[in-house]
Amino acid sequence: MSDTAERTLIAPSELNRRTGKFLYRFVLTTTLIGFTVVFVFPLYWMASGALKSSRELADPSPTLFPGSFHPEAYTEAWTNTGLGKHFLNTLILALGAWLIQLIIDVAAAYALSKLRPVLGNIVLGMMLATLMLPVSALLVPTYLTVTDVPLIHLNLINTPWAIWLPAAANAFNIFILKRFFDQIPQELMDSARIDGAGPVRVLVSVILPLSRPVLAVVSIFAVVGVWKDFLWPLIVLPDPAKQPITVALSRLSEFLPANQLLAGMVIASIPLLVLFLIFQRHIIAGLTAGSLKG
Amino acid sequence: MATTDMKTTVRPEGAGAPAASSGRPKEPKPAGTPKAARSHLARRIRENLIAYAFLGAGLVVFAAFSWYPIVRGWLLGFQQVTFAQPAQWVGLDNFRRLFDDPLFVTAWQNTAWFTALALVFGFAAPLATAVVLNEFRSARGYLRMTVYLPVMLPPIVTMLLWRWFYDPGPGLFNSALEALHLPAQQWLESENLAMVSLVLVSTWANMGTTTLIYLAALGGIPGQLYEAAELDGASIRQRLWHVTLPQMRFILMITLLLQVLGTMQVFIEPYILTGGGPNDATVTVLLLLFRYAFVYSDFGLASAMSMVLFVVLGLFSLVYLRLTRSKG
Repeated sequence: MSDTAERTLIAPSELNRRTGKFLYRFVLTTTLIGFTVVFVFPLYWMASGALKSSRELADPSPTLFPGSFHPEAYTEAWTNTGLGKHFLNTLILALGAWLIQLIIDVAAAYALSKLRPVLGNIVLGMMLATLMLPVSALLVPTYLTVTDVPLIHLNLINTPWAIWLPAAANAFNIFILKRFFDQIPQELMDSARIDGAGPVRVLVSVILPLSRPVLAVVSIFAVVGVWKDFLWPLIVLPDPAKQPITVALSRLSEFLPANQLLAGMVIASIPLLVLFLIFQRHIIAGLTAGSLKG
Repeated sequence: MATTDMKTTVRPEGAGAPAASSGRPKEPKPAGTPKAARSHLARRIRENLIAYAFLGAGLVVFAAFSWYPIVRGWLLGFQQVTFAQPAQWVGLDNFRRLFDDPLFVTAWQNTAWFTALALVFGFAAPLATAVVLNEFRSARGYLRMTVYLPVMLPPIVTMLLWRWFYDPGPGLFNSALEALHLPAQQWLESENLAMVSLVLVSTWANMGTTTLIYLAALGGIPGQLYEAAELDGASIRQRLWHVTLPQMRFILMITLLLQVLGTMQVFIEPYILTGGGPNDATVTVLLLLFRYAFVYSDFGLASAMSMVLFVVLGLFSLVYLRLTRSKG
C-alpha cells in the first residue's frame, strides 16, 4: 500500500520477476545509451568539431576526438569575425526585452488581477484572444507597423525597440502572471493598505516577493525566447552591425571556415544551456503551467 | 495620442496613491447623502485612473503591436503596398495573383506532407518516450534533461548543425552509413528524402517539450487505477490502452492540435537546410510568404497568403474541436 504514490503502468511485482528485472535493465541501458547518443552526442560533436583543424573537418572519415587541438577557432570567431559583438547584441536584446516585459506585463497583470478597473475583463479577453492567432499570419502587418508606428510615425527598424516592444505584447505572460496574482489573498493587500501602503507599495512589498516562482518563469521564457529568435530579428534588423548572433550565424554560414562557424554555434548556445542547467525546475514548471492547468 | 494619454495618467498615480489608500478604510459604505455619493464616485474614478495607469503601457503595446496589426492584416490583403507610395485598394487582385502562382499549390501540398510526416514521428516519439521514462525508477532526471537539451539550442544552431550532419561529403550521417557498409543518402538533395530529413530535424529539436508535458500528465494518473485494472487481470498492454491513454486523452488532444498548428507554420527548417529545394520540393507556406514579403517586397500578396493561412488554421481548429468534443 505504501508505494501507491509511485505506482505506474507496470506493477512492482512484475518488475521483480526474473524476466521483468532483466527486461527493465535492458530497456533502461538501451535508453540511456540511445538518448546520450541521440541528444548529447551532437552537442559534443559540435563543440569538438570547433577544435579540429579545417583539414580534419573536411576529411570524409570523421574522427571522434580532434587529432590536434585548435582552440583558436573560438577566439578567432569571437574577435576577428566579430561574433563577440553579435553576442553582445543578443545580450542587450534579451536583457532589454526581459526588463520591458517584466515592467509592462507585471503592471498590467497586477491591474487586471487586483485593481480590477471597469472593462478590465474585456481588456483581458482581448489580450488572451491574441494567443489563438497564428503568429506567422501577423508577420507582415506587425512588420509594417514596426516600420511606421501608428500615430507617432516612428520607424523602429534597426533599433532594439523593434524587438523589445512587440515582445512585451505577450498574452501568455499576462495570463500566468494574473493567474498567480489571483491566488494571493486579498486580506494581505488590505492589511498593507490599512498600514498606509499605496498600490505601488503593495505591488513592490507584498505581491512581488510572493511571486518569485512566476517571475522566474516569465523571466526565463523572456530571455530564452529572444535569444532563440531568428525570423523576427532577421527582418527587423537588416543592418549587419545590429544583428543578434543567431542572424549573424546564418548570414556568415556561407563564408566562415567550418571550425569558426562551429565555434560560433557553441558560443550562441552556451548561455541557454547554462540557464537550463541552473533553472531546469522553473523551465519545466513553466511548460506544464502553460499546458496542463491552462 | 496613446503615449501622451499614458503619461498624464502615470504622473498623478505616485501622488494620488497614498491619499486613495488612507481614505479607503475609513469609509466602509457610502451613506445615502448626495455628498457621500459624490465622494464615492470620485473615489471610484480615482481608483480606475490608478488601475489604468498600471495597465496603460500594456494597453499601448498590445494596441500597437498586436490588435492593430490583426485588423490591418485583414485590410492589407486587399491593398497594394510598397514603400514608395501609400497603400492602394486593389480588390481581389492579390488573391487572383496568389491563386495563379503555381508555387501556391506546391507550398500547400508540401506543408501538408510535412505536417503529416511530423505527426507520424513527432506525435508517437514523445508519447512513447514519456511512457517508457515514467517506468524508470532511476536515471529519470538525466533522461528528461537529455530530451530537453535540443529545445534549449537556438533553432539556427540546430539547423546549421544538422546541415553539417547531412552534408554529402564529410557529413556525420553518410560517414556512419559508410562505416556500416550502407549506401550513402542524398539527405537534402533528393526530392523524396529532403522533406523527411527536415521532419527528422524538427522532431529532434522539438520533442523535448511534448515529452515533458506528457511526463507531467503521466505523473498525475492515480496509481489505484492501475492497481484496480491489475486486479481485474489486465495485462500491461491492456492497462496502457484502457487506463493510460484514456487518462491522457485531453492532453493528447490539445498537444495534437497545437502540433498541427505549429508544423503548418514551419519555416526555419526549409529556410536554412534546403532553401525550398530541390526543385521546390520543400517550399512551405511560410517560406513562400517570406519570399513574397521580404524578397519581392510584395506585402499585399504576402498578406493575402497570411489570410489564407489564417483561415485554413482557424477552420482546422474549429473542425477538430467540434469532432473531438462530440466524441467526448
